[in-house]
Amino acid sequence: MGIFRLLTLLLFALAMPIVANAQSEDRSEDPGQDLLVNLADAPASKVEDAIQTIVKSGDERARGWLEAYGNNRLSRVKDTGQVVIVLNNRGRDWEIADPLTGENMGEMSRRDLDRVAINNRIRGQLEGILAMLDLNAADPDVREASAQDMMGKVDASLVAPLEAQLEAEENAAVRDRIQAALAIYRVGEGDVEAVDVLAGSLHPRARAALNEAVRGGDPAMVTAAKNALASIEQKLKLNSAAETLYFGLSLGSVLVLAAIGLAITFGVMGVINMAHGELIMLGAYTTWGMQQLLPGQPGLALMLSIPAGFLVSATAGIIIERSVIQFLKGRPLETLLATFGISLILQQLVRTVISPQNRTVVTPDWMSGSVVINDALSLTLNRLYVLAFAMIVFFALMMIMRKTRLGLEVRAVTQNRAMARSMGIRATRVDIMTFALGSGVAGLAGVALSQLTNVGPNLGQNYIIDSFMVVVFGGVGNLWGTLIAGLSLGTINQLLEPWAGAVLAKIIVLVFIILFIQKRPKGLFPQKGRAAEG
Amino acid sequence: MWLTRPLRERSTQLFLGILFAALAVVTLLHVTMPQNSALYVSSYTVTLMGKYLCYALLAVAVDLVWGYLGILSLGHGAFFALGGYAMGMYLMRQIGDRGVYGDPILPDFMVFLNWQELPWFWHGFDMAWFAFIMVMLAPGLLALVFGFLAFRSRVTGVYLSIITQALTFALMLAFFRNEMGFGGNNGLTDFKDILGFNLRTDATRLGLFIASGIALAIGYLVCRGIVTSKLGRVSIACRDAEARARFLGYRVDRVQLFVFVVSAMIAGVAGALYVPQVGIINPSEFSPLFSIEIVVWVALGGRATLYGAVIGAILVNYAKTVFTGVMPDAWLFALGGLFVLVTVFLPKGIAGLLAKRKKAKPDDSDSGTPDGTATDKPSGQEATA
Repeated sequence: MGIFRLLTLLLFALAMPIVANAQSEDRSEDPGQDLLVNLADAPASKVEDAIQTIVKSGDERARGWLEAYGNNRLSRVKDTGQVVIVLNNRGRDWEIADPLTGENMGEMSRRDLDRVAINNRIRGQLEGILAMLDLNAADPDVREASAQDMMGKVDASLVAPLEAQLEAEENAAVRDRIQAALAIYRVGEGDVEAVDVLAGSLHPRARAALNEAVRGGDPAMVTAAKNALASIEQKLKLNSAAETLYFGLSLGSVLVLAAIGLAITFGVMGVINMAHGELIMLGAYTTWGMQQLLPGQPGLALMLSIPAGFLVSATAGIIIERSVIQFLKGRPLETLLATFGISLILQQLVRTVISPQNRTVVTPDWMSGSVVINDALSLTLNRLYVLAFAMIVFFALMMIMRKTRLGLEVRAVTQNRAMARSMGIRATRVDIMTFALGSGVAGLAGVALSQLTNVGPNLGQNYIIDSFMVVVFGGVGNLWGTLIAGLSLGTINQLLEPWAGAVLAKIIVLVFIILFIQKRPKGLFPQKGRAAEG
Repeated sequence: MWLTRPLRERSTQLFLGILFAALAVVTLLHVTMPQNSALYVSSYTVTLMGKYLCYALLAVAVDLVWGYLGILSLGHGAFFALGGYAMGMYLMRQIGDRGVYGDPILPDFMVFLNWQELPWFWHGFDMAWFAFIMVMLAPGLLALVFGFLAFRSRVTGVYLSIITQALTFALMLAFFRNEMGFGGNNGLTDFKDILGFNLRTDATRLGLFIASGIALAIGYLVCRGIVTSKLGRVSIACRDAEARARFLGYRVDRVQLFVFVVSAMIAGVAGALYVPQVGIINPSEFSPLFSIEIVVWVALGGRATLYGAVIGAILVNYAKTVFTGVMPDAWLFALGGLFVLVTVFLPKGIAGLLAKRKKAKPDDSDSGTPDGTATDKPSGQEATA
């Protein structure tokens, strides 16, 4: 092999001036031309070396050439000897392009073209070779991805180049991948020591290789592989637990977002707002509307939707408060019915004005994709953002209630309305502001939800019962309770899902809350002191 | 006797008089008039009216707990649906081997799901008496367990409303599951006959209509009997001042439980009569929207009057039939608007309007209509006031 390669290189070196002379001046300066001609000229026994030369050259266009070669699309023009890529080989005249510049060269009769031959053995190797190509890329992420792609695909012909690659590689992550890829091959060959390399890997192909080894005959190999598998299994369990927790917290953060506005209007003001879900829906539709206004800039639209969603829902909240709720003060059951009526009207309004169908809200690039922790665990970015957003909203709200004048006044009116009024607090104004705040937060929830679920007229309905459950479970009038209740209900739901299924898990959680309320009617964190006496 | 005492009241006599007169007129018009006559009542209309009567009975049940006990149940649809399912199971078993798959025992959907034998809870439903008992027992039992837990812990007011809503929501999700053995999404349908009478014939439909009317009359009498009895007075006391009633030595939770269970049973009967007339029962009857809609019938008619509930149920459902036929999109606007207008402008409903018109002659009703603004309601659970 080595000798062959040396010979080829020699031949190549000799051929160079001749070939260069045959071509026009400017072409001869591009080394790519020589590489291609070398490949096209090579006899069957030398093709591999010619390909290796191309790979080693580090030329960025190499992938295109080799892919064309593998697809029978590499041809030579009979007259000039120039190598071209065939773009379209249907019909009599073939459309061709210059492999060096990628420029379209128009059509040429297929009789004037001579296909560069490839045999099946080479074609079989080409996939591995193409993977090797990326191992030489400048971007370490591309190298890592390509090394990962190698796992399980390594055959005898690739071992030597891979080992050479391993020597040259400096990035630790890429080295790990290459080692794992090599180890999978070696385990397949019966190398017991290679098992240790795979023991820490969570990649499914590593597991597949070990499972294969367990089925094999060699007793030493079987025990080693079994041990390795056991340790992988352990790690996987840990990772899947972490994933469940993540999904649970994510669902919980959605519940918190949906319920936190309710915790203000219901918990603090004592107003049952059944239209809360529809205020969430309005926030989601605001996001959709923003994206319609700013086409092509989903990220900017999303950022602008945060204040816009707040304002839209807060305005809707003020209208609801002024037009209906203020007349039903002290009649909670009637408030419940009236606001339910409002929720029906809002739903139907959206159906009539916009559409009964769901609308798609685009997820901006920086929110899609996921953070890869390891082979078994990756966290979707949009959920991570929503989780963070929920926490920000929660703590901002907490600060408003605790540190601002408005918060102080709200708490005063809540505890003793008559006393607060005689101290000069305008209770009606506080009512409006509180309701607007709670409704605005519902709008924020809608903006966040638009990134996770479908935006449709029924969006709010799906969350209203859950939201009430969270508030009631956490203890009315207690923001911390809402946070804890939301996160824990989300997590419980996700924990139950694997063995109960999604619907049954939801039912179990609902029944659990119903029973819990019987035991502790005031929720997890009941209010104490005078506020509790109402 | 408590059940016959209301018969001496003028309002009850009037109500029953109108009800039976309506039944008689519809029956006569349906039977005697030729089909092409303008006065002929088609069997479609008869069934539609039978449906309204079932809704009216359901509304009476809701009014009993909301009007006279102060408990706003947003889950009465669940009791209605359970009664309906009990009846549906009986009707399914009556199909016998006439189903699509021709299995003598298993209903079609079980054959379709490859079930080998009848689940335990389906046994006995081939016997009419057992099914008819279950129609009342199943909702009654659920109400008993749920009410026992809730009232013992003194869960009232808005809290109770929300968890009743959660209850019916959970049941809806459960009944949507195929594994529950109630036909999942599609529910129970394709009924053939009831007590040996073919459900498709006009005579059976008329019979069911009359049965619904009689059930409404009996349900009305039972509720009226309860609210005019001593128990009814205690129940009103619980509604208006729960803590005071408790301090006077009444076992508030037991009163609440009793009335709640009776109401659930009446709702179950309404559901059972409803199912053979519409020909299907599916989990959508459990939907929270339906349950809350019942409440608005009662609110429109007038809370704590019983007859108001009947008026409200019939009016709203008639409007629904008209609206969904003429302009379906507008129905939810109308319903939503109704919720708002009734609660803000008509807190005493239509019955309140009627009462206002004959103010000169004081109402003989001893129930009194509840004042929504009753402030001495010791609702420890209202977060704030």
